[in-house]
Parts: sequence; structure tokens; C-alpha cells
Amino acid sequence: MRALVTFVYLFLYTPIALVVLFSFNAGRNASEFTGFSTQWYGRALSNTFLMEALRNSLIIAFTSAALAAIFGTMAAIGMERLGARTRAVFDGLFAAAIVVPGVVIGIATLVALVEVFGFVNPVIAALWPGDQPPKLALGYGSIIAAHGLFTMALVTMIVKARIASLGRDIVEASSDLYATPFTTFRQIVLPQIMPSILAGFLLAFTFSFDDFIIAFFVAGSNTTLPIYVFASIRRGVTPEINAVATMVLIASLALIFIARFLMREKTTTN
Amino acid sequence: MPLPHATKRRLITAALVGPASVWLFVFLVLPFIAIIVFAFGERAPEGGYQAAFTFEQFANLGARSAAFVNTLILAPIGAAACLIVAYPVAYYLAVKASPQRRLLLVSLVVVPFWTSLLMRTYAWMYLLGARGIPHLLEFVGIENVRLINTPGAVLLGIVYGYLPLMIMPIYVSLEKLDRRLLEASADLGAKPISTFFGITLPLSLPGVMTGVALVTILLLGEYLIPQLLGGGKVFFIGNALVDLFLQSRNWPFGSAIAVTLVAVVVIVLLVAMRIAWRVAGTRQVDLI
Repeated sequence: MRALVTFVYLFLYTPIALVVLFSFNAGRNASEFTGFSTQWYGRALSNTFLMEALRNSLIIAFTSAALAAIFGTMAAIGMERLGARTRAVFDGLFAAAIVVPGVVIGIATLVALVEVFGFVNPVIAALWPGDQPPKLALGYGSIIAAHGLFTMALVTMIVKARIASLGRDIVEASSDLYATPFTTFRQIVLPQIMPSILAGFLLAFTFSFDDFIIAFFVAGSNTTLPIYVFASIRRGVTPEINAVATMVLIASLALIFIARFLMREKTTTN
Repeated sequence: MPLPHATKRRLITAALVGPASVWLFVFLVLPFIAIIVFAFGERAPEGGYQAAFTFEQFANLGARSAAFVNTLILAPIGAAACLIVAYPVAYYLAVKASPQRRLLLVSLVVVPFWTSLLMRTYAWMYLLGARGIPHLLEFVGIENVRLINTPGAVLLGIVYGYLPLMIMPIYVSLEKLDRRLLEASADLGAKPISTFFGITLPLSLPGVMTGVALVTILLLGEYLIPQLLGGGKVFFIGNALVDLFLQSRNWPFGSAIAVTLVAVVVIVLLVAMRIAWRVAGTRQVDLI
């Protein structure tokens, strides 16, 4: 059994380790290591298309995760106050946002937005006083909106679980001591749910940053990092992609460790 | 005049859930209604959608039957393959591993799942490609092995990508298992093997169900793994959808396929919940 488990761990990590190793390969060859070099990192970092895609991904992931953290936390708190039936509807919709395949979310958002733009753009053009009316189009906004859907569901679920495990007694003690509900929230509840909000933010950031399929549909002419990587993989494997993959893996690992550390706080303080 | 307490309370609740409700409505409910409407429409001559009311798109689903057949065969096989590899690992982590090492070992299982599936699938593309494992095999005299762009490569990618998602729920249900039951079984003279089949396995079934349902549902909409490791030869519904929307611009037909895919996901989910209810005696299934 031990041998089998060891084998599974090797299976999980060997491919990743090889990509990392070959990102430091001096030559172009993907099967023999011809010497240590960081040249592919240099090439990746000086590739303007790649850096543009990275910048887009960072902006999109940060914005959608921030929106998700704020609105998702508000929804998690608000849902506590809803009747059982309304809450079940919300639970169902949030579950749907996560269970419905990304490819369908991407398509549905694309189709709906294109219809809305087709309707709204002529109206704006008719009402606009100048010559160059603004045109709604796919881009940052549509990716952030579509990512916001599942990242918000993620944050709501994480924060809701934390709220459910909060001790009622401390909240009651606070109101017995004549604190207003807002003071109780700010001084008692918020500090306790803060780690899970931050963890939710980091996981939302990682999910949005890594998402390929939804962005593929709704990105318009904007390229995100996964879209760029996907396109260059299809043009042929280059060592530059190994360097990019390594950097992305290290960055997402760092975020995940922080997120898990924050989520662990919750179990130890209980 | 101050607002009555109940009204104020309701307003605050509405303000709290308001933004999320708007989001869910505008970016989930409305788009979904849109693709249902599209599925009954016609393809405009230059691509896209034009209004109509026809069942033609659904009648035409057979034109993409290969994608449906591949998905409906490879998704459950992939989930079963994940289960076979995952169960011993979950068992080891929950029952055999020492408590000090358990946390580290569990983290090591979860970490890959949280990193980019694109990058991890790319790693296999690299390994299975002509300059990877087949190149190494040439050194030992095995020539002309073709690994990439085969159903086997897709299956391997599936197991690799979704294994952590199968291990975790099984691990959680095995971890909750009451150790006293195992001791009692041993005290009553049961052999380890009959303790396993009589107690451990039945009590871990809810976790197995969750894992199988989760992996199957996610695989139904998979795009990257068949695209990168199947090279367009082994395609799933997700690949057909990308082709229909972004290449041939047949939106109504694509919408009909998307609606059918969601229907299949819902059916799988309902069946899984029903089985889980039988198995665990509870209607509650924590899928996420």
C-alpha cells in the first residue's frame, strides 16, 4: 500500500517537476538537459504580448476577486437573515454557478451579452451628441462579470460556512452589554470571519487567474495569460512556456498556501 | 418619522443580498434563458442567430453524436479510473498514516488541484509528445510509440487532473469513521479483510459517491484535456461547443447542445443525490 501511495505522489509531481527542470534548460530540446540557463525566463519576461496578457489577467483576477469578496460576504451575511425558502433559492443558484460547466457559462454569457450589445449600442449611438458614440463590447468587463459569478459563489460558500460555525453566545453577550447590532458586527463578527473572507478572496483570485474556458468565450480582443499560453501551446511547445508555467505554478502555490493558512486559523480558533 | 423595526431589518437584508442577486440574475439566469431561446432559433446566413421557433436544432443533435458518445463514455470511465487510484490513497491517508505526517500528505494531494489545469495538462503534453517519453523509449529500442492524441492519453490526463478531487471526499468520509467500530469488529474476531468490506467500505460510500459525482459532472464539460492530449481526435461536448460558437458560428445548434449538456449534468446530479440518499440515509450531499 505504501509503495502504491508513493507511486501516486510521484505521478502527481513528476510532470510538474520536469516542466520546472526544463524551464532552466539551456537548449531548445525538450528531452535532454543541455545545461543550466535562465534564458527562457528572460525571453518570457521581455515578450510584450505575454506581459500584456499577464497584466490583463492580474487586473481581471484582482477586480473579480475583490467584487466577489465584498458582494459574496454581504450575501453570506444577508442570507442568514432570509426565510428558509428564499435562502434555498439562493443556495440553488450559487450551487448552479459552480456546477454548470464553465464552457456553458462562457457560451451563455457571450450569447446574452452580444444580444444586449446589439440592442443597446444603436440606442447609445442615436442619443450620443458627438460623432464617436461609445460602443459596448466584449472585454475586461465581460470577463470580470462572468468570473464574478463563480468567484462570488465560492466566497459566499466559504464565508457562510464560517458564519454557521460562529458561537451565538458571544454575539448575544455583546448585545446584552448594550452594543448596537452594527458595533457587534464590526467588533465581534467581522474579525472572526475576516480570515475566511481573505481566504475566499485568494481562492477567487486563483480561480479567475487560472480560468481558460470562460475567458476564451467572452474575452473579445483582450488576451489573458491562459488564453495566450493555450494559443502558443497550439503553435508548438517552446521552452519559454516552461518558464511561464513555472512562474504561474509558483505564484498560485504561494497564494494557495496563504489561503489555506488563513482557513486553518478558523479551525484552531474554534 | 423613524421606520418600523421590521421594515428596517428587511431593507438591510435586501441591501446585503441585493448585489449578489442582481449578479446571479444578470449573469446566470438571463444568459441561461437566452441560450434556451437560441436553441429554438435558426442560424443566420452569415453566422449567429436569427429568430424562429423550430425544434430542428434538437432533432439535429445526432450530427454531433460522436462528441456525446465520447463524453458519455470517457467521463464515467475517467471517474471510475480516478476512483480506483484514489481509494487506496485516501485509505492510507485516513487510516494508516501517522497523525503528524497526515496533514503534510493531505496538503500535497490538494495542492496540485489548486494550480492551473492548463499548466498541468501542458506538462503531460510535453511528456507524451514525440520528444518526451517516446523519445526515451527509443533509447531502449522501442520505436514509433505514439502516445499523444489517443484516447489513452486523454484518460491519463483526466486521472491526473481530477485525482485530488476524488481523493478528498473519500478521505473526509474515512477520517470521520468511528475507530471503535473497527476495534469492535477485530475484538469479535473478524479478519481485517471482512472488517474492511463489512464496515470501512460501506461507511465510506457517501464520500465515494460525492467524488464520483463531482468528477463526472466536471468531466462532462471538459474542454482542455481532450483538446491538448486528444489533439482534436478525441473530442468531448465542450470541444464541439467551442467549435460551433467560435469557428462555425452556428449559435442555435450550439445552444441546443449546451442546453442538452446542462440537462445531462442535472440528470447525473439527481441520480447521484438519489443514490447518496439511499446509501447515507440523508438527502444532504455536500458536492462542493
